[in-house]
Amino acid sequence: MTRISVRVDGASYDDDVEPRTLLVHYLREQLGKVGTVVGCDTSNCGACTVHLDGEAVKSCTVLAVQADGAEVTTIEGVAGDGSGNGQLHPMQKAFHEMHGLQCGYCTPGMIMASLDLVKENPDPSEDEVREGIEGNLCRCTGYQNIVRAVQQAAAEMRGSDGNGNGHVAPAEVDTAAAPHVVGQA
Amino acid sequence: MTAVEERTGTTPGPEKEIGKARRRKEDARLITGKTTWTDNMVLPGMLHLAVVRSPVAHARITHVDVSAVREAPGVIAVFTGSDLAEEQGSLPCAWPVTPEMVNPGHPSIAVDQVNHVGEAVAVIVARSKTAAQDAVELADIDYEPLPVVLDMEEAVADGADLVHDHLESNTSYHFVFDAGEMGTGSDTDQAFADADVVVSRRLIQQRLIPAFMEPRSVVVQPQGDNYTMWSATQIPHILRVMAAMVTGIPEHKLRVVAPDVGGGFGGKLQVNPEEILCLLIARRLGKPVKWTETRSESLMTAHHGRDQIQYVDIAADREGNLKGLRVRLLADMGAYLRLITPGVPALGAFMYPGIYKFPAYRFECDGVFTNKVPTDAYRGAGRPEATFAIERIMDELAVELGMDPLELRRKNWINADEFPFTTVAGLAYDSGDYETATQQALELLGYDELRAEQQRRRESGDRVQLGIGISTFTEMCGLAPSRVLGSLSFGAGGWEHAAIRMLPTGKVEVVTGSTPHGQGHETAWSQLVADSLGVPFEDVEVLHGDTAISSRGLDTYGSRSLVVGGSAVVKAADKVIAKARKIAAHLLEASEDDLDFEAGKFSVRGTPGTGLGIQEIALAIFAAHNYPEGIEPSIDAEATFDPENFSFPHGTHLCAMEVDTETGFVKIRKYACVDDVGTIVNPLIVEGQVHGGLAQGIAQALYEEAVYDADGNLTTGTFVDYLVPSANDLPHFDTGNTVHSAPGNPIGAKGVGEAGCIASTPAVVNAALDAVRHLGVTDIRMPLTPERVWRAIHRGGDGGDRATAGSNAYGGAQTETTAGVSTDASSLGGDR
Repeated sequence: MTRISVRVDGASYDDDVEPRTLLVHYLREQLGKVGTVVGCDTSNCGACTVHLDGEAVKSCTVLAVQADGAEVTTIEGVAGDGSGNGQLHPMQKAFHEMHGLQCGYCTPGMIMASLDLVKENPDPSEDEVREGIEGNLCRCTGYQNIVRAVQQAAAEMRGSDGNGNGHVAPAEVDTAAAPHVVGQA
Repeated sequence: MTAVEERTGTTPGPEKEIGKARRRKEDARLITGKTTWTDNMVLPGMLHLAVVRSPVAHARITHVDVSAVREAPGVIAVFTGSDLAEEQGSLPCAWPVTPEMVNPGHPSIAVDQVNHVGEAVAVIVARSKTAAQDAVELADIDYEPLPVVLDMEEAVADGADLVHDHLESNTSYHFVFDAGEMGTGSDTDQAFADADVVVSRRLIQQRLIPAFMEPRSVVVQPQGDNYTMWSATQIPHILRVMAAMVTGIPEHKLRVVAPDVGGGFGGKLQVNPEEILCLLIARRLGKPVKWTETRSESLMTAHHGRDQIQYVDIAADREGNLKGLRVRLLADMGAYLRLITPGVPALGAFMYPGIYKFPAYRFECDGVFTNKVPTDAYRGAGRPEATFAIERIMDELAVELGMDPLELRRKNWINADEFPFTTVAGLAYDSGDYETATQQALELLGYDELRAEQQRRRESGDRVQLGIGISTFTEMCGLAPSRVLGSLSFGAGGWEHAAIRMLPTGKVEVVTGSTPHGQGHETAWSQLVADSLGVPFEDVEVLHGDTAISSRGLDTYGSRSLVVGGSAVVKAADKVIAKARKIAAHLLEASEDDLDFEAGKFSVRGTPGTGLGIQEIALAIFAAHNYPEGIEPSIDAEATFDPENFSFPHGTHLCAMEVDTETGFVKIRKYACVDDVGTIVNPLIVEGQVHGGLAQGIAQALYEEAVYDADGNLTTGTFVDYLVPSANDLPHFDTGNTVHSAPGNPIGAKGVGEAGCIASTPAVVNAALDAVRHLGVTDIRMPLTPERVWRAIHRGGDGGDRATAGSNAYGGAQTETTAGVSTDASSLGGDR
C-alpha cells in the first residue's frame, strides 16, 4: 500500500492505495466518485476522462499514485464553484441545449475532454472539434450535436459577442431543433 | 435547411407540447455525473464475480482443477459447470421460427464442452473485483480440441464437422416464405423463367458488435426467498419472466430493475448467461453479488449481430419493370440460440421487397451453427440486411439495364396514392410518399451539381473519383401486433402498458412498461401527457425500468417505444379524463354531456367562467369528501395498447462519396436524408435518433467487422481493433423529414430508432461503387477498408476477406484469453 494525498473536486483526501490501482478505480471505488465511468480497457473510449492538474487525462491510464499531490477534477466538480452544486457549467448547459447526449454514458468524459479542447482552442471550427474529441467514443449521437454543443459552449465561454474568428457562430448553427418538414398528410 | 413544421388551421389555445423541441429531462443527472449505472451500486457485504472463459472455440473439457483458485487471497467461492449443472437449465430462445427448429440448449456455464471462445467455464467469487480477477489465471482447465466450424458455406456442406455432435447437422432451421404459396404473389420460378433479365449476386453481411458504451453489469441481492436483480438491460420485464422460468425462482419473488442504462442497440435485448449465473450464485451464497464485464469480455461474449450470406436474384423485363425477387440466406446463429437469434433473419424476410411492387417473391433461410458467439438483435435486426440486399441489387439491375438507378426505383415503387398497399410479402404499408421524400433529399444533397462534378472527374481521369449512392427504404416498426407475433411463433405478445397516477398536489406520475436507455422517454412521454391532460410539462414524472413499479411491460426494441408504449400512455390519459369527467360533473352540478375538456380544465358548455382543473380534481378525489355514488374515489387509470398493424417509416438516403483510386481511401463528401417517421413528438430527439442510426449504418459500410481467425479467436476483441467510429470518422449529416402520420396508433408516430441504421449502409456502398464502377468494380465487401477498395480496383473481385491476425493492417490483437492459443490451422494467425 502507498499513501497518497489528492484534492478531488475541491476536497482533500489522504488514502492508502495499492500501487497498481488505476486512478479511475480509486475515484469510483474508494471515493465513491461514480460520475466518472469505465468504458473500455484500452484507453480508446475516453469515458473515464478527468482533469489532472487542469489537463484532460484518461483516468484508466493513470495510476492513483501518479495523482499524489495533484488536483483532480471530475464531472462531479464542474458545475458551480467547483463543488458540483449550483449553476451548470456552460459546457454542461450546451450539451443539454444541443441534445449532445442520449444514453449519457460517454458524456462525463466527453464534457471533460471538450473543456480541455476549448481551453486550448477557444473558438474551434467543426473540423477542429471533431479532431479534438476523437479520443472519446460515443455510440448514440453520431457526434453532430456534440460538435454543436462544444461550439456553443466555446462561444459562451469566450463571451457571447459572437466575434469568432470567422467560423460560423454556434448561435447561427442549425440548432437541431428544426426538422425539415415539408408536408403533413 | 430552414423549413420548420407548420401546423395549419391551429386554433388559439395553449401551445401544444407535441412537436416542440423540448430539452430532455434526463440530461440533468447525466451531465453532472449523478447517475445510477448498475456498476455504481455498492451493497453491504457485496461479493464480486469474475468469469473464467474458454480460450478455445471448440473442445471437450477433460479436466477442471480450481483448488488453487480457492486458496487465493480474498476468494470466497468458485463454481464450475458441474457445480451448477443441475440448476442452470437452458437460456431461453423465445422464437422457434419453424416447428422443426433444432435448439441444442444453451447452458449459462459450460459443463463438459465449450462451443465458442469466451464461453464461461468457471465463476470466481471474491471480496473485491481485483481479487476475483487475480484468481482467474489460477484455474487449471484442460481442453481436448474438436474441429472448429466457422465458415457457413462449409458448415452446411455434406460431411461437415459438427458444432454440436449430438445433432445431425449444423442447420438449426429452414424457414421459407413463398408469396405464391401464401397467396400474396404469383409463382416465383415462373416469373424468373419468363423474365428478360435476371441479375444474381452473393452479398456478405459481415458480423458486427453492438458495442453499447456501458459494459454489461449485474447486481443481485437476495433477501430471504426474494431476489432483486439490477441489470444493464433493455428488457427488465422479459428478463424477469425468463429468469424465473430458467432458475425456478417464482416470478413474484423476483424483482428486476434497469437503472440508468448506457445504450443497448439490441445488444442488451438478451437474457445473458451472467445474469443467470449471478442469480444462481446469490441464491447459493445468500449474499449480494456483482458482475461487471470488461470491454474485451463484452466484445467477445455479448451477442453479435448480422453475419449473413445473401444470395439474391432479381428478375425484370427490358423496360425495367420488376418481375420477381428470390432470396436465399445463410444466417450465422453462432454456437447457440439466444433470445431471438433465429428470429432476426426471419423478421427481415418480409422486408426484402422494400418499397417496390414485385409480383413474385420467395425467401428461404437456413440458420447455421458455428463455433462463434451467438448472433441476435442489433439495431434493425433483419431489416438492415434486407434493405441492404434490395437496394444493392436494384443498383446492379439498373447497371444491367443501362438505366438510371433512381429512374428504376421510381418506375417500381409504390405511389403515394396507392396507400395502404399490401406487398408481395403480405404486409399492409400504412402511409407515405416516396417521391416527395426523394425530391427533398435530392435538393438537400445538391444532386445535380454533384452529378456534374462526377462527370468532370471521370472525364479528366482524376485519381479521386466521385460517386452518388441511393437508398430508398422502408421498415416495419412498432413491434408488434400480438396476433401477428403469434402467427410467427414468437414467444410473447407485442402490446405495451402504461399507468397514470394523479397525485393529490396535481402532479402526475406516468408509469411505462417501455424501458429507455438513451431514447428520452421521460421527456417525450411528459410531452404526450402534458397535451392529453393539459398539465404543465414540468408536472409530469415518468417512472420506468423497475418491475416493482412498472408491473407490466414488454420493454424497448424494434422502434416500438413511442408507437406502442406512447400510445398506451395516451390511452391511459384518455381513461383518466373519462374518470375525472364524472367527478367534474358532480362537483359542477352539470351533466357529463355538457362538459368540455380543454387545456386541463372541465367547463360547462355555454357557461363562461365555470371550470374545474383536472389537477384540482386530483386533490378533490384524494380527499374524497364529495364524489358521486357508485364510482371509486380515484381518477388513476391504466391502459394496454396492442397495435393492429406495424408502422412503416420510410425515407430516401443519399451519399456522395469520394474514392481515391490510388490509395483505396474513401471519404463521405456529403450525406443527406429525408425520413418520414410519422408524427414527430420531439424533433430534437428524432434528429438525434437519425444521427445515431446513420453513424452505426455508415460504420457497417466503412469500419466495423467482428473478425475471427482460423481457430475461432475473435481478433477484434478491443476497441483498438473493433473500429467504432470517432467524431473524426463521420461526416456532417443533412437531415429532413416528411410527415405522413401513421393511421395505426393515436399518436400517428411510426418509429425512428432504427431508420438511419437501416437506410444508410446501402447508400454508402452504392456510392463507393458508383465512383469506381467505370473501372470495372461491381462489388466491394463491407467494411470498405482502403485495402479492400484498392484491391477491388486493382485486382478485381470484391476486395476479398479482411486481413486478420498476422497482418498488422487491422491490429490482429489477441485478447488475454486467446493469447498463446494456436493450432496448425492458424494459417491466418500464425505469426502473431
